[in-house]
Amino acid sequence: MADIIAAGTPAPPFVLRDEQGEEVTNETLRGQTAVLVFYPFAFSPVCTDQFQVYEEVLDEFEAAGAKLYGVSCDATWSQKAFREKLGVSIPMLSDFEPKGAVSRAFGAYFEPGGMSARAIVILDPEGVVQFSWLGEHPGVMPGANVIFDGLAAKA
Amino acid sequence: MDLTSAPVPPLRPDDHVRGPDDAPLVVVYADFACPHCAVAHARLTAPDAPPLRVVFRHFALKAKHPRAPALAAAAEAAALQGAFWPFHDSLFEDRGRQADPHLWERAERLGLDVERFDRDRRGDAVAERVRRDVREGMRAGVTTTPTLFIEGRPEAGPPTTARLRKVRNEKKHEGVGDPTAGPGKDNSI
Repeated sequence: MADIIAAGTPAPPFVLRDEQGEEVTNETLRGQTAVLVFYPFAFSPVCTDQFQVYEEVLDEFEAAGAKLYGVSCDATWSQKAFREKLGVSIPMLSDFEPKGAVSRAFGAYFEPGGMSARAIVILDPEGVVQFSWLGEHPGVMPGANVIFDGLAAKA
Repeated sequence: MDLTSAPVPPLRPDDHVRGPDDAPLVVVYADFACPHCAVAHARLTAPDAPPLRVVFRHFALKAKHPRAPALAAAAEAAALQGAFWPFHDSLFEDRGRQADPHLWERAERLGLDVERFDRDRRGDAVAERVRRDVREGMRAGVTTTPTLFIEGRPEAGPPTTARLRKVRNEKKHEGVGDPTAGPGKDNSI
């Protein structure tokens, strides 16, 4: 698996799609601390737990000035259905076409599975990587503590 | 609240603990609405289960199971009247009856003051107790239920009976002393 993008690196240019199909780029996320939560597939068991854990403390992420986004290679409609089924409000961004291009650019693509890896990338308001984490395999889920550790890395 | 990484908290006076004092300590983060937690409960309490000292802590996420926080609060309200474990057992052993009327019926059957139980389960103190467990679990890296901490190391999912026996047997061979000796001592967590 490629190395996850290192802290201190400017984010590569990227284009993702939100649930309405609108583009989300580096410029869209500039000015905020954006937490990109890369995950393999909508509706897979581990991904389900992951977002429900984060949803529980969303107010505390917000208090820390961070906004979470889920990123996978699923189509936007699948991601929307997934988010609604989970009952979570964390927006999902699609890396569907070209498949995995953004995940690869961040070093968060799992080639053997043809899917995004399980990874966390935190972008600071200037679009520079503040923190990154890559699971040793896609079954390893980052707890909320991992994200808060990353947010504290800047402080 | 700080939610950065931290070790699972050691045994505290207000923890819910049962089992022999000299048995290995197992900390269980669980949710009463979780079917996998019910499996873990069944294996931990089976007639042929090895004796372990079990600590129960809540990991009740509303997004995961909408009733989870209410059930956790009900168990804590029962705890305030000295009936945590009977209430805990009844919640896992009859998961089809977890609506409010069933909770009142359980409280009555256990001889609790039902009015006080109902007041307590909706109160801030109980909510804060549940919240504390959940957040400490998150800090320790809990992401799913059940998660068992055995000698401070997390193991996700219901344990097999073979695993539980191994935990018991390893403790017997180590000949470790008091498991509640506090932080830094073997088997405190």
